[in-house]
Amino acid sequence: MPRLLPRFAALCTFVLALCAPDRDAQARDITIDLTDPIVSITTGFTGTDLLLYGAVREPGDLVVVVRGPARDEIVRRKEKVFGVWVNRDELTFDKVPSYYRIASNRPLEEFMNSADADRLQIGLGNLDLRAKVSGKLLPEAPYEFRQGLVRNLQRLGLYMTQPDNVVFLSEQLFRTRLRFPANVSVGTFTIEVYLFQRGALKSTATTLLTVRKFGIEAQVYDLAHRYSLAYGVLAVIIAVVAGWAANAAFRKG
Amino acid sequence: MDIYLPIAEMSVNVFAIFGMGAGVGFLSGLFGVGGGFLMTPLLIFTGIPPAVAVATEANQIVAASVSGVLAHWKRGNVDIKMGMVLLVGGVIGSSAGVWLFTLLRELGQVDLVIKLSYVIFLSIIGFLMLIESARAIMAKKRDVPRRQHTHNWLHGLPFKMRFRRSRLYISALLPLGIGVFVGLLAAIMGVGGGFVMVPAMIYLLGMPTSVVVGTSLFQIIFVTANVTVLQSVTNYTVDVVLALILLFGGVIGAQIGARFGGRIQGEQLRGMLALIVLAVCSKLTYDLVATPIDLFSIGSGGH
Repeated sequence: MPRLLPRFAALCTFVLALCAPDRDAQARDITIDLTDPIVSITTGFTGTDLLLYGAVREPGDLVVVVRGPARDEIVRRKEKVFGVWVNRDELTFDKVPSYYRIASNRPLEEFMNSADADRLQIGLGNLDLRAKVSGKLLPEAPYEFRQGLVRNLQRLGLYMTQPDNVVFLSEQLFRTRLRFPANVSVGTFTIEVYLFQRGALKSTATTLLTVRKFGIEAQVYDLAHRYSLAYGVLAVIIAVVAGWAANAAFRKG
Repeated sequence: MDIYLPIAEMSVNVFAIFGMGAGVGFLSGLFGVGGGFLMTPLLIFTGIPPAVAVATEANQIVAASVSGVLAHWKRGNVDIKMGMVLLVGGVIGSSAGVWLFTLLRELGQVDLVIKLSYVIFLSIIGFLMLIESARAIMAKKRDVPRRQHTHNWLHGLPFKMRFRRSRLYISALLPLGIGVFVGLLAAIMGVGGGFVMVPAMIYLLGMPTSVVVGTSLFQIIFVTANVTVLQSVTNYTVDVVLALILLFGGVIGAQIGARFGGRIQGEQLRGMLALIVLAVCSKLTYDLVATPIDLFSIGSGGH
């Protein structure tokens, strides 16, 4: 009889867990998961694909927004000086997402109104990118620089919109493939899924993803940034030993 | 096979990088040059950020120079005293160079300065070598005797010092100045600077050719080591993984190149090298002058 007690406790926990979503019923309109919540950058890393899959309670239109960790970006404009292209004007943008990807089951403008798109910052044009001059945010970033920034990030494969990348397998089940190129930043990524029904935002779900360097790559990077003097000295020692070894090896041969 | 470079933060093909190392190593073995001035532009052409290319190449040159100096050391072809004076200048110059490099990086001009320095140096060297080799080929036919170095105002400078191994009694300011200049080049261009130092030692200092290469290699080791450490500390741009791949390729290529070198005539070799140098130079010039695909570029602020 006492042996049954822990089992009973476990059963209770399970039932409670099943009931728990009821407290937050709206969030359960969408259920999502990733094939892997962690992307590890290892020696052979050339970028990776992750599958985001889930289910909606009632059919509708879905938008998946993925944002990478934010950082400041300097945008520079080239001008021709004595026949050579030289960086002249520059502008710093504040807290730019290092990665920004939008996927949906059909083109956004077919089901989302522009007020929602603007408020939720969905779409490359709606992303709130703020320039700053000596620490102070400008009310509006110069258009050319803003476009230049987005264009560069698109070219690097870090910003993209894919209006047909969310695939519904049935009325409820869906999946989308997330592409992370080799130059992806490390840190925490947020994945937001928005469910629209008859043009109105019905529900949202959020999950996190971690991109990290792993193994020898992480150690090298860590050493280089945290113990840079030791790293530099080590780099020299490796080179000296390698040079000496090469000389010794070929002298015999 | 692809490998992720931890500092450059990009993925490259190991065999392509190894091949580049071997190719440049082959040329350096063949022509008896360092190869840094070819390797760095090639790395830039592959898409490695110029700042990483320069700092990493300095690291690779440490290995190449250690490997090269040992043979000269055994034959006693290293003027240590001269090397030390050059070295003092080199450390001053390269430290100033890394400081300048950091400043330029903050201003967003480092890529431009690296490329411009290459265009200037490669064009001068390429043309000089081309002219020299053409002259040598003609002189060989006419058999003109080579002129010895002459005394000029440089020999009137103070702080005279005796360099026994080089059989010279000259002002220490001369090698010191050469060292400073070469150090600057090492920091900004990621080269050993042998292509400037060797002619300077022969024509400006009047050192005997037998000790020139060994002494130059001796000082390059320390100057590039200084650059490697300083770049690591201030700019975090030394990629040891990249350096290692280049190094293996370079060492093997250099051995093969050295064996081939004996079979081809010196003047023709120099002519060929001049053409390679000019080709690299033209490509760099073209990239600076041609309209870029995007007038806007980005770089992360606040490291």
